[in-house]
Amino acid sequence: MEALVHNFFNLAIIAKVWPYLLQGLWVTIKLSLVVIPIGMLGGLVIAVLSSLRRRWLNVFLIAYVDFFRAFPPLVLLLFIYYGLPFLKIELPAITAVAIGFLLNNSSYYGEIFRAGIESVPRGQWEAARSTGVTWFQTMRLVVLPQAVRNVLPDLISNTMEVVKLTTLASVVAIPELLNAARNAQALTYNPTPIVLAALMYLALLWPIVRLISRLEHRTIAMR
Amino acid sequence: MDLDRLVFSFFNARVAAEAWPDIVKGFFVTLEVGLAVIATGLALGMALAMLRSFQVKLVNFVIIVFADVMRALPALAVIVILFFAFPYLGLPMSAFTATWLALSLVLAAFAEELFWAGIIAIPRGQWEAARSTGMTAWQTLAAVIVPQAVRLVVPPLTNRTIAITKGTALGSVVALSEILGASSSAASNLGNPTPLTLGAIAYLVLFIPFVWFGRWVETRFAWKR
Repeated sequence: MEALVHNFFNLAIIAKVWPYLLQGLWVTIKLSLVVIPIGMLGGLVIAVLSSLRRRWLNVFLIAYVDFFRAFPPLVLLLFIYYGLPFLKIELPAITAVAIGFLLNNSSYYGEIFRAGIESVPRGQWEAARSTGVTWFQTMRLVVLPQAVRNVLPDLISNTMEVVKLTTLASVVAIPELLNAARNAQALTYNPTPIVLAALMYLALLWPIVRLISRLEHRTIAMR
Repeated sequence: MDLDRLVFSFFNARVAAEAWPDIVKGFFVTLEVGLAVIATGLALGMALAMLRSFQVKLVNFVIIVFADVMRALPALAVIVILFFAFPYLGLPMSAFTATWLALSLVLAAFAEELFWAGIIAIPRGQWEAARSTGMTAWQTLAAVIVPQAVRLVVPPLTNRTIAITKGTALGSVVALSEILGASSSAASNLGNPTPLTLGAIAYLVLFIPFVWFGRWVETRFAWKR
């Protein structure tokens, strides 16, 4: 018990590393605020393009989505960060992370938005188009708002996964929460900082987990 | 961009020949961890969901807390805690065990939530009908409720399982020699990123069939809302 308190909940160490970890948490939040919109926007573009129903374009889009769903995001990130410099393309860590997250997340968000767009009945399209509204306006004003509402649980749940994935940035030395915690552990010879970081992730994401649970139960019960 | 440099860096036959055996070894490590995670994660998730349907207050509370915590924590953070923090409690773990255990717990949490959502979506009447034929509560659950519940949640569960199993690559952070670990150490030893290309191909060979299976499952089990 004493070992547990000393190593996992060491107050002296918590007091010491607290400001440093708080900084890490702030970087995690900022990083999320960068990569979430990028991934969503990429996914939206993929979904809208695939609803154009051009055969070859769709073959390409499905290949893209499947490729990045099969590819572990960490592999992608290391490929970009350590591989590209060999082609004389030197990217700052944050850019490498942004590109990796764009490629990986746009395919997940793309699938979600596509499912949403497909869930809107054909008649909605026809009704809108027959009033003289253009294809693009129909998509933007009639279809997408309903599509988003229909797949809201999946959107929120995927967004939480993206926040959790920002821990990968620690591998390319971006000082987000997990990276800060591991540095603090190395400096203090005590694992309390990683436990503290885990508690911070919990504080950040638990409310979202609860929300998702509630929404998911509703969707599955509706089937 | 210079084509020769691209070929030399990413498709270098000499480097590939040298790194190949390590990456094949890594491939089997990834396969082993991946299959172990799927087996333990899904089995534990199912066991917890079934346990939860007996509605014992304290048990349910513990299951809910477990599922919430494991869904909120990033998988990499769980691996790091198991590998770097647990030895301080006298529980040292190999990289393999830490990766397997962490991903199994995460998958179990998501699977439990999905199975549970499936179980409560089955109409009450199914329970009553089965019990009135003389089946025990346990038989009803195992033979009547669970098979229907599983069908409801197969599509989301497949996608979730693929996403978590891809997390085996995170094992490289604690120096597990799976595909990514093997290929990135080969890349730094040989001073050439070709092994990363091989690693990428190995992942695609392993996971593309899963992704296609997931697509098939989605259409096969699709329910019109």
